[in-house]
Amino acid sequence: MSTTELKTFEEALESFDPAMGLEVHVELSTLTKMFCGCPTEFGAEPNTQVCPTCLGLPGAMPAVNAKAVEAAIRIGLALNCEIAEWCRFARKNYFYPDMPKNFQTSQYDEPIAFEGYMDVTVPVEGGEDEIVRVAIERAHMEEDTGKSLHVGGATGRIHGADHSLVDYNRAGIPLIEIVTKPITGMGEKAPAVARAYVAQLRELIIALGVSDARMDQGSIRADVNLSLAPKGAGGLGTRSETKNVNSLRSVERAVRYEMQRHAAVLSSGGSVLQETRHWHEDTGITTSGREKSDAEDYRYFPEPDLVPVAPSREWVEELRATLPENPTVKRARLQAEWGFSDLEMRDTVGAGAFGLVEQTIAAGATPTAARKWWLSELARRANEAGVEITALAVTPAEVAAVQGLVDAGTINDKMARQVFDGLLAGEGTPEEIVASRGLALVSDDGALGAAVDNAIAANPDVAQKIRDGKVAAAGALIGSVMKEMRGQADAGRVRELILEKLA
Amino acid sequence: MSDLTRRTAAQLVDALATGEVTSVELTQAHLDRIAAVDGTADAGIHAFLHVDAEGALAQAAASDERRAAGRVAHALDGVPIAVKDVLTTTGLPTTCGSKILEGWVPPYDATVVARVKAAGLPILGKTNMDEFAMGSSTEHSAYGPTRNPWDLDRIPGGSGGGSAAAVASFQAPLALGTDTGGSIRQPGAVTGTVGVKPTYGGVSRYGLVALANSLDQVGPVTRTVLDSALLHELVGGHDPLDSTSIDRPVGGLVEAARQGATGDLTGLKVGIISELAGDGWQPGVMTRFAESVALLEQAGAEVVEVSCPSFVHAMAAYYLILPAEASSNLAKFDAMRYGLRVLPEGVDAPSAEQVMRASRDVGFGDEVKRRIIIGTYALSSGYYDAYYGQAQKVRTLISRDFAAAYEKVDVLVSPTAPTTAFRLGEKLDDPLAMYLNDLATIPANLAGVPGISVPAGLADEDGLPVGFQVLAPALADDRVYRVGAALEALLEEKWGGALLTQAPELDGAAR
Amino acid sequence: MPARAEISRDEVAHLAELARIDLSDAELDHLAPQLSVILESVASITAVAGDDVPPTSHPIPMTNVFRDDVVRPGLTAEEALSGAPAVEEQRFSVPRILGDEQ
Repeated sequence: MSTTELKTFEEALESFDPAMGLEVHVELSTLTKMFCGCPTEFGAEPNTQVCPTCLGLPGAMPAVNAKAVEAAIRIGLALNCEIAEWCRFARKNYFYPDMPKNFQTSQYDEPIAFEGYMDVTVPVEGGEDEIVRVAIERAHMEEDTGKSLHVGGATGRIHGADHSLVDYNRAGIPLIEIVTKPITGMGEKAPAVARAYVAQLRELIIALGVSDARMDQGSIRADVNLSLAPKGAGGLGTRSETKNVNSLRSVERAVRYEMQRHAAVLSSGGSVLQETRHWHEDTGITTSGREKSDAEDYRYFPEPDLVPVAPSREWVEELRATLPENPTVKRARLQAEWGFSDLEMRDTVGAGAFGLVEQTIAAGATPTAARKWWLSELARRANEAGVEITALAVTPAEVAAVQGLVDAGTINDKMARQVFDGLLAGEGTPEEIVASRGLALVSDDGALGAAVDNAIAANPDVAQKIRDGKVAAAGALIGSVMKEMRGQADAGRVRELILEKLA
Repeated sequence: MSDLTRRTAAQLVDALATGEVTSVELTQAHLDRIAAVDGTADAGIHAFLHVDAEGALAQAAASDERRAAGRVAHALDGVPIAVKDVLTTTGLPTTCGSKILEGWVPPYDATVVARVKAAGLPILGKTNMDEFAMGSSTEHSAYGPTRNPWDLDRIPGGSGGGSAAAVASFQAPLALGTDTGGSIRQPGAVTGTVGVKPTYGGVSRYGLVALANSLDQVGPVTRTVLDSALLHELVGGHDPLDSTSIDRPVGGLVEAARQGATGDLTGLKVGIISELAGDGWQPGVMTRFAESVALLEQAGAEVVEVSCPSFVHAMAAYYLILPAEASSNLAKFDAMRYGLRVLPEGVDAPSAEQVMRASRDVGFGDEVKRRIIIGTYALSSGYYDAYYGQAQKVRTLISRDFAAAYEKVDVLVSPTAPTTAFRLGEKLDDPLAMYLNDLATIPANLAGVPGISVPAGLADEDGLPVGFQVLAPALADDRVYRVGAALEALLEEKWGGALLTQAPELDGAAR
Repeated sequence: MPARAEISRDEVAHLAELARIDLSDAELDHLAPQLSVILESVASITAVAGDDVPPTSHPIPMTNVFRDDVVRPGLTAEEALSGAPAVEEQRFSVPRILGDEQ
């Protein structure tokens, strides 16, 4: 595209209606790969989780992982899809060095799941949540590619690199690709709908237990297709496909950015290229990738080395019975149980902390405490570290344990923050950190009593006011005692002692 | 000792069992025979691309030790074998007759190779073939052609000309081949040997470098029907690594061969396929075929003619399905992970794409390029339905023809190939003429049914071997052994010995 | 779409491009007519079977062949890389890649 200035989001909406299509790839957390028995652990030494099949060695053959088929069916059912009675794998033929066979074993016109929907809860600023039904076109099984390191050149990126080094550990890891039908009529809500869809899909995947769904590690990856049509004209414009959108926030931003860019191109009389674009997290823009041309011809045909998959209706019903509670229903139920306001609930979900709060409560914390720690303290730390809140090295059980120490009077809130410092630094359990950092409150009334006596002696005027019934004046004495105790005292207990002594 | 190489595998099993010979003696005798007659690309049979004397003798010694200790692994333990170079073998190069895989030593064994090794058969070496099994003459090997032991100026058939010629020239008693459209049976026919294409899914394809996955089958190449049955039972049966492998035990084949050898076919219904005869079929081939049919009748079989009308479209369907699958299979040969890497000339810092292109141009021969391009065409958008889609429908029609025929008869028969061995170079640049060799063998691959080729004698006009094909329904492999063995017994009785005893003496031919 | 028996030199060049094979002018001249002859011989197939005939992709009808989700020993890195034209940092070294990251 030329150097056309972006239109503002509002300008884009004045003249155009957006249409979106979202393609989400979910990397399954099966023990082994889609078509071979190689392990799928993240971060292994390069080329140590490979075999003739996933390396594409001559003569090797694929064999389908039953667990991956099961996961695909469960995802399909959770998305209200129909499950194919008979479907095949197909080869998608194209050359790329990180694809060992130079074809991807995927599914083409016979996906295992199709024609579904998801009711997405979309937060509306200053209003009630809105439910939007997103139609699901299909969910199908396929395999991941290897990973390339680009050597030479300035940036470690593909352009300008001198050569590349390929590791095939990831090649063959099972993927489920979930494709929506075009999402239209959303207007200004489009970016929020996109984000809410991916967020809710992610929750669903986690609830199904089929993937760890870590966007930061690429185990969920979103492609955002966007097009604009002249306002009120209906139909679909030419779309761009933005790849590598790997956080919820970026999904929203990418939709917004592409709307503004398309509007600029179309308003200036240009036409949008059908192309792949790359999302840049740092600058918040997309750049042009490969143009989709007629030359791209994947020559799909049924994979002759794999026999058709024909899930019996009994099996499908068995799997349906294992589905977890629908997340939307579950959210309404828990909101009532926890006594959260709509706003509190929305903030919890928006921060990606719904599951964490739920688990923290399950581990014994009160709903208020669980929400307080995750949304104030830990959300801020995740933000500072630039990671997803779920990626923090603090577990719900640990948060509940910290709150337990506060409730027991062992530490106060200020110390609790220091315990979180320790947890993030990997210093051990909350109890160990309290001990090693010397954080326990002084509960010995002898030491406290002496400090209170000192404070009363040093502030006779204040002490007199309290004796006269101005209880509010106790704050000054408490501050003085806390200062002497270096903060390691339970302020409530100090206040009690002061009032006792001056009664 | 050279008489050891003249014996059948079944006879060698007995000789080893009685202690008459050791596996080391046997293996050495075959290695000596290879040294004497196999020669090079320029002279001799040239059945082998790689001979592994050291490895074979070590395996033979281990076999002898096992036998001495009373721990024989299998009836064929100690009987040497040759393996087509399309099957992966650890420690031995696997080139598929292509320059693009020159020197590649696989890090894993094909399932059939693993079974052969576990059973204790010393592997003599890897046999020559048309590049990636594309051809009917072995002339498309990047390493030079194999020559027919009956006439060194003629082709040994293909693609498995190396395995057939090795067995025909007594360099190995047993060999493994692969058959996608006749690559076991047609070489068997033109070299006077026996070859079997098992039911699709009957033998594991894991480690067979795929030509066309939905057509390929591994099978035995031997001098007698019984030997084929012995080898088939060894390598056949379910393999979880091959998802198209049939999950039921292989068996009853040796028994069927032994039963057939009694020469009694009473009650058997035989169908002659009407469509596989006529113009373009060599008279000497038809004469021998008719004689063999008459022998089956004498043995008690009832013979009728059966029409399979869709067979006339089998060639066209085959030459669309095969290239389509092959074009995709061969994409992996891209110079990135293994095999030949060629840098394009006159290009500074070439890209991966440019290296792929240059390597594939230099690494693949003409026939491979032709088929990759046809296959790419047949699958490309806009042509898929007219070509690949139609070919798959024709496949359905051919299966229906077989099903209808097997309602009436137990087995179908035809000549294996329309002609005897042609001269080297005669059809090399006429792909269509070359393709016609597979006319009679292709339908079985399209439908997945088993077939055997057994020697039917020599054509009167050229004195070269003619093959007789027997086809049976899927999973009824035992029938081809029964009928094949019966015909073999009746013909040998007539000839007063095996056909190969009439083949010219080769000793010293390589020198 | 009706099948055509002819295949032009340009089409062969395009197909060779799709199949990543560098064909020289001489090769194109040599192969294009041969390919036309082959296509002509198979073109008859386009009219053989009607819509009522289902296609066969697998000769023996089977369904639902699955493998348990159990780790099976694979190759060592050394074995995996043993045939590689170039190796660096225990990875396959390949020439610079044009186009997009995936």
